[in-house]
Amino acid sequence: MYDGGKIITGLIIFIGLMTFPVWHNGGNAGVLPKQEKPVGKTACVKPTVEMRTSHMLLLNQWRDEALREENRKPFTVDGQDYEKSLMVGCMNCHTDKKKFCDECHLYTAVKPYCWDCHFPPKENL
Amino acid sequence: MDMKRRDFLKIAGISTIAGLGAPAALEMLLKGDAPASSFASSAAPAEGAHGAAPVTGKQYGMVINHRVFTANQGLAQQCIKACHVTHNVPDFQNPKDEIKWIWETGFENAFTSLPTSYPSEVIESKFLVLCNHCANPSCVRACPTKATFKTSDGVVAMDYHRCIGCRFCMAACPFGSRSFNWRDPRGKDDKGRYFIDRLTLNKDFPTRMRGVVEKCNLCVERLAKGLVPKCVEVCGDTKAIVFGDLNDPHSEIREVLRTNFTIQRKPELGTKPSIFYIV
Repeated sequence: MYDGGKIITGLIIFIGLMTFPVWHNGGNAGVLPKQEKPVGKTACVKPTVEMRTSHMLLLNQWRDEALREENRKPFTVDGQDYEKSLMVGCMNCHTDKKKFCDECHLYTAVKPYCWDCHFPPKENL
Repeated sequence: MDMKRRDFLKIAGISTIAGLGAPAALEMLLKGDAPASSFASSAAPAEGAHGAAPVTGKQYGMVINHRVFTANQGLAQQCIKACHVTHNVPDFQNPKDEIKWIWETGFENAFTSLPTSYPSEVIESKFLVLCNHCANPSCVRACPTKATFKTSDGVVAMDYHRCIGCRFCMAACPFGSRSFNWRDPRGKDDKGRYFIDRLTLNKDFPTRMRGVVEKCNLCVERLAKGLVPKCVEVCGDTKAIVFGDLNDPHSEIREVLRTNFTIQRKPELGTKPSIFYIV
């Protein structure tokens, strides 16, 4: 191989640079978002784990039920009625959008466009 | 295998014919169970998503008594204001970008096919117009994503989540009842004025975003709570707008239609508008 030394050295430097974020963090997942439960509430519409992983599916399901299937009846869990709505449902308890939505979405780098149309609570647009 | 080429070809030919003919024969034998398959059929009034769903047969409509509006100058503007505040309709202050759910227009614009030989006070007055919530809506057929659809109550509703802003529905609607958000409704103009007034913002109803089409929703969110549409509420006891189920022979609106001569906008187009006018 011509210039083998240069090529291999170059490759090692290149791989080192490319994988910098991996070995620099050393398996550390960074600062995890802090979960904060709404004050005075003990239960959500579904178990926390399920809500954490698939709240977006539930929101889509609620949207389709309310808009397309014309079923705007409240979602009842343990005798407690919840409005099938992000704006006047979820955000009634989870009143802080920054803590409840943005912190995790920022961490996981997802950009949902809910708030292009819907209002977060107490928003001063 | 011991088979002559001639026999093989015969069997192959017969199998092909049987294969092609069998579905048609089966369909004839099992007639009646065939699912409604055409795309257009889903646009038929008050039809369930899969054709077989039971229909409620409701078709909400309105009778707009133009005489009352003529006698109560300013009532129409009150209706418009109330509607646009309730639904956070932006005011871009530019006719090209205008968003309107309910508005006033001249006789010759509203009733294009009618002769202008009516009394001059009718011809020269402004008519309150809104989405006609047609029983056979052309916009619903035109929508490629089914973002706009007919509810079982006969409302031509929109799911803004699904609108891709192609504006086919605007081209299809003969009444100009649909408006496109060319600009961000939450934005503000050069002078810093918000398009949706901050003071009257209704935080129980979402805004729209740039790039979607919007229209009157006959206040489905209020109907779900058992309330009448906002414009009907504003008119109140004047009975300037009578709201009800056109398919219920005992409803108030049917009584009004029975006892008054009414006209519709462009009925000749076959969209079956649900808004009637007493002139």
